[in-house]
Amino acid sequence: MERPIRVLVAKPGLDGHDRGAKVIARALRDAGMEVIYTGLQQTPQMIVEAALQEDVDCIGLSILSGAHMTLLPKITTMLRENDGADILVVAGGIISDEDAAILRNEHGIAGIFGPGSSTHAIIDFIREHVQRSSVEG
Amino acid sequence: MELVAKARAGNRRALARLITLVEAGDAQAQTALAALYPYTGHAHIVGVTGAPGTGKSTLVTQLALHWRSLGRTVAVLAVDPTSPFSGGAILGDRIRMQSLGGDSGCYIRSMASRGSLGGLSRATGDAVKVLDAAGFDIVIVETVGAGQAEVEIAREAHSVVVVEVPGMGDDIQAIKAGILEIADVFVVNKADREGVERTVRQLQMMLHLGSGEHRDGWEPPIVQTVSNTGKNIAEAAAAVERHFEHLKNNNLLELRERERIEREWKMIMRESLLRQLLQRLEPQQYEQLLNHMAERQLDPYAAAKQAIETVLELS
Repeated sequence: MERPIRVLVAKPGLDGHDRGAKVIARALRDAGMEVIYTGLQQTPQMIVEAALQEDVDCIGLSILSGAHMTLLPKITTMLRENDGADILVVAGGIISDEDAAILRNEHGIAGIFGPGSSTHAIIDFIREHVQRSSVEG
Repeated sequence: MELVAKARAGNRRALARLITLVEAGDAQAQTALAALYPYTGHAHIVGVTGAPGTGKSTLVTQLALHWRSLGRTVAVLAVDPTSPFSGGAILGDRIRMQSLGGDSGCYIRSMASRGSLGGLSRATGDAVKVLDAAGFDIVIVETVGAGQAEVEIAREAHSVVVVEVPGMGDDIQAIKAGILEIADVFVVNKADREGVERTVRQLQMMLHLGSGEHRDGWEPPIVQTVSNTGKNIAEAAAAVERHFEHLKNNNLLELRERERIEREWKMIMRESLLRQLLQRLEPQQYEQLLNHMAERQLDPYAAAKQAIETVLELS
């Protein structure tokens, strides 16, 4: 049996609006994924620690505060430093095209979804891009 | 196995990987478990269960913080239900466990119940073995006490904490829930709320309604806590530890472990036998038996007998 894809849905930074994150969490669950939801105002450290402890395949970050250029690269850097570079990272929120290109090309954020993105597109993207790395023992 | 050595040396990524592996329950998982097994049997396994909304996650967090402050390492396994329709799950216990973050002596893992009742207790039991072998002093397994599967899991722990809150249903609800019999410690959480005396009184009454004999000669204490403020958390933790001491001092721990291992062994044999039986049964015969049952020409007992006899004759 295929094991379900595990996704950490987290909100880095200080904005207190998590409706979008909850909608995504619910959509991913309905698509058969196991979603670990950690709530609001997470620091990059908290997010990376949770992702590693939970052994997730993907991290979905929802960020609306405008601090994405500081917070998102911190998260991917910390993942690399902690042997977690294989974890797929996607982000959603209000991110300009220029910022999105930099985050994608230079900081390892694989997918960026702005307002109005369909949940189907996000689900398909995650399914296509997770590295179901077999566990080497 | 390299992962086992790494996990035992404190590598959290290896530990997390091992849990994923045993959760999947495939051939690789068996290799991992074989390597882990000699190192198990040292942790104090504490089950925490109760209805949704009783504050289990917050209580677990407070208990973990308390034990950490005493220098003991703690792992938490938080089990939440899988959606029966999509097979997915939302695991939200970490939201209330934030204060345990950033501590290398503490590890939290969320687990979805996934498949069947047997499957869940197998996966949880195996994840507990990983955490035990990794050297955690205390492993807390948190489950929603809403169904038989959860009760089964709680039963696998050395000490079972059942969490109640004031004002949730009458005393009959408490009997119906079926989780009272498995409690080694009762925690009445949110004890700053109205009706706490009544809830405590009802629990005391329930405890004395039975035959009067308590399992293992241990009368479950009732501790009133307020998890949000940390009130009486030390008392609750002490009650759990006293129970473990009671088991150890009366040679009950060995007995419980033996019983648990026997149950586990039988369950594994049952699953394995069924799998082998189904593998050997011709697909046509399988379909035929199923059809006959659906048409009410054959009852399930007779069909089971036929299937088993066919396979036994072949071998």
